[in-house]
Amino acid sequence: MKSVSALVLAAMVAVSATSIPNDERTIAHALNRIGFGARAGDVERVRSIGLAAYIDRQLHPERIPDAAAAARLAGFTTVTMSASDIARQFERPLIEARRARKEAAAGAGKADGDTAPRMPDPVQQRANSLVLELAGQKILLAAYSERQLQEVLTDFWFNHFNVDARKGRDRFLLTDYERDAIRPHVLGRFRDLLDATAKSPAMLFYLDNWMSVDPNGPHPTAAPPRVARGPFGQRVLVPGMVRQRPPNKNAPRGLNENYARELMELHTLGVDGGYTQKDVTEVARAFTGWTIDNRRDGAPFVFRPQLHDPDRKVVLGHTIAANGGQSDGETVLDILARHPSTSRFIATKLVRRFVSDDPPPALVDRAAERFRKTDGDLREVMRTILTSPEFLSPAAFDVKAKTPFEFVVSAVRTAGTDVQDARPLVRALQELGMPLYQCQPPTGYKDTADAWINTGALVARMNVATRLAGGDRELALKLGSPEFQRR
Amino acid sequence: MISRRVFLKDGAFALVSLGFAPSFLARTAYAAGSTARAKRLIAIFQRGACDGLNVVVPFGDAAYYRARPSIAIAQPTGLVSAGADGASAIDLDGFFGFNPRLGPLKRFWDEGHLAIVHACGSPDATRSHFDAQDYMETATPGVKSTADGWLNRTLQAQRTADHSPFRGVAVTQQLPRMLQGRAPALAIAQLSQFAVRGGGGDRFEAMYADSSDKVLSGTGREAFEAIRMLRDADPSHYQPQDGAEYPRGPFGQALQQIAQLIKSDVGLEVAFADVGGWDTHVNQGAAQGQLANRLDDFARSIAALVTDLGDRMADTIVLTMSEFGRAVSENGNRGTDHGHGNAMMVIGGAVRGGRVYGKWPGLAPEQRYESRDLAITTDFRDVFGEIVVRHLGVADARAIFPGYDVKPSRFPGLLA
Repeated sequence: MKSVSALVLAAMVAVSATSIPNDERTIAHALNRIGFGARAGDVERVRSIGLAAYIDRQLHPERIPDAAAAARLAGFTTVTMSASDIARQFERPLIEARRARKEAAAGAGKADGDTAPRMPDPVQQRANSLVLELAGQKILLAAYSERQLQEVLTDFWFNHFNVDARKGRDRFLLTDYERDAIRPHVLGRFRDLLDATAKSPAMLFYLDNWMSVDPNGPHPTAAPPRVARGPFGQRVLVPGMVRQRPPNKNAPRGLNENYARELMELHTLGVDGGYTQKDVTEVARAFTGWTIDNRRDGAPFVFRPQLHDPDRKVVLGHTIAANGGQSDGETVLDILARHPSTSRFIATKLVRRFVSDDPPPALVDRAAERFRKTDGDLREVMRTILTSPEFLSPAAFDVKAKTPFEFVVSAVRTAGTDVQDARPLVRALQELGMPLYQCQPPTGYKDTADAWINTGALVARMNVATRLAGGDRELALKLGSPEFQRR
Repeated sequence: MISRRVFLKDGAFALVSLGFAPSFLARTAYAAGSTARAKRLIAIFQRGACDGLNVVVPFGDAAYYRARPSIAIAQPTGLVSAGADGASAIDLDGFFGFNPRLGPLKRFWDEGHLAIVHACGSPDATRSHFDAQDYMETATPGVKSTADGWLNRTLQAQRTADHSPFRGVAVTQQLPRMLQGRAPALAIAQLSQFAVRGGGGDRFEAMYADSSDKVLSGTGREAFEAIRMLRDADPSHYQPQDGAEYPRGPFGQALQQIAQLIKSDVGLEVAFADVGGWDTHVNQGAAQGQLANRLDDFARSIAALVTDLGDRMADTIVLTMSEFGRAVSENGNRGTDHGHGNAMMVIGGAVRGGRVYGKWPGLAPEQRYESRDLAITTDFRDVFGEIVVRHLGVADARAIFPGYDVKPSRFPGLLA
């Protein structure tokens, strides 16, 4: 019996290895999904190494040299900047300018509301240039990077863990968020991605967890013991003083459920994932004290025990014992990352992005199972999807509508445009209804045709196509054609 | 989506044949036909869950003040000019009052054209923005698989002889769920931008007409027809009437464009606009601050629209909604978390205004939904239903509200 199943298994493996076709049509399809469409010569290049090998290479972006794309970003000074440098150079001047205006207004006896900055305000413009540069970087990498799958997945996962740059200080935090919290993990473990987002100042701020605190706090905390000299000069340990901060009128005073709810609904379990309002409250309690250090530039993650609810929590039937401190939140992330609903929710979303607006249930099942068996190894989940018969089937060809981002980037790749200034493309995306890094709801942008194909959108696409083609009529018609709106 | 396009391709809609008729013919058909007197609905969605308790303030309910020590709107001061101090509620009926920033709408209340339905919403318990918006837009609480929106189903139910591509228009970048479905509907963010520029229009049109991709071919055909009609209507030289002043922000501009379309007589029956910024978890303020600033823009925009439409308000209803209300008690950040019941506004010449509709459930902890939120005493489908049946004249609204028994006996009584 055992040997028979082993044989079957071996046969299946053999089939999957050899059943990846290598014809031009399938390759063009794969390049539309794994990446942002074929450039001139791409189909031939993939054909020569074989589609199977190409898929495998894309699953290991770290092995793909990408100097040309890096060179495209040479002039982008902020995309490599540390969070604290960005805070020092961009956020601080803005805060100081605002304070100066306030003081000036107070001196003139004006109300708070009359102190709006003059337009255009150079400090403000400089702050906005950060998001502009980030958006330019996103377009250029998508258009020119050889690591196409990594770019597609960075877009996918940023959108999954969406943060809107327009919410308060988030525009100063997104560069670091995408670069250090999202991108390194898109082919890694889901649990690591979840951890990175949960502790990112961008997310802590966007979904308000930074100010969610135990309503019964703040709790007195003991300072760590310190070493002192005894009466005979010997070293002794002195217990820390119990500190109780004076109550601050403006300090947060209670629970904020925003992150807890979206963490389950949008990041892990999905809205039908089997949680209750009670679970939302318990998860919010577990994450009290997960906040940002406002005294440091870049507002990095910090856990503040005095703001944490120390009592027992029950999350989705799991009991989290009292006095767990920061580990309460970590335990919640463990529970959620391993919950079967999460594997299904993530598998469904990925299959929807890569295969069809109506995800084939059998493939969702297999991808979800792979997720569970590998403890959320996203590389293996992606391998399951990209080597599946459903993905490679002609039935999947051209059934997805391009989002405006996919439309613009694929237009650049098809036209072979040498983009020197990405800003017109950033603006085009605004016009097409998909301003980058500015999706207001935490749901992110939709990934289905019904959201992007309508009369108004088509008119806008024909106009953008005409502009991008820059006087080349035939190219304009190609980019604005019905076929080009599909991938 | 596909079935709709097949339908179109089969030529079942007059739109298709009109699409290739001379545009002057198309225009006169709408301008002189029955649609000139047709009833209209303008639906406004406040996305993000507007805090109805601080919009239409139950100042007569003592529990309101206990629950909101730092963000409550003060009771009316009793000044002759209600709310004139800008800091306290504008008295409406001795129990409810407007947030002082809704001052521009008070006139319509006094004239009897503005009604409020309070403690209104979805029977579904969700506190997810996404789901609750979905339910409000499909009008099928608890059912996510509903394919189309209720405004679109309303258009489907009204099969008059005239089928203008502008019957259903959202002044948004993307077509909202509420207008998605097999009846043609348009999303236009900017009327003035709605044209194919650069001279390629005819070849694009031919290409879409020939495409075997039914969805894109059908959508393309609608696009070119709409472009022609709008060009003929010439909305670029627009002057609001009666001194209406639209705020410069996106919401005011969206409403102005709706007024332009209505006055262009292009056959608009259902219009949609949305406005965000209501998700006030933190520092929402009271008579001043974050929410108040949103309300200021909101009220001035709607007041401009109603003023500008003038006589046409006799055939028009403006309906505002938000996916759910916010918790009765303020949270630890001087904001409010997601709640349940909310307030809707209904404005129109035919509306029996000057009244707050709906039974008030009370705000004491034991009166609340799940001990925390404003309970719901009016299902939002009864408000939608009354407007669809009594205003838009759909005799049988069952198909518009699947799974719900639309009964006049449950209508709030907004319309005679």
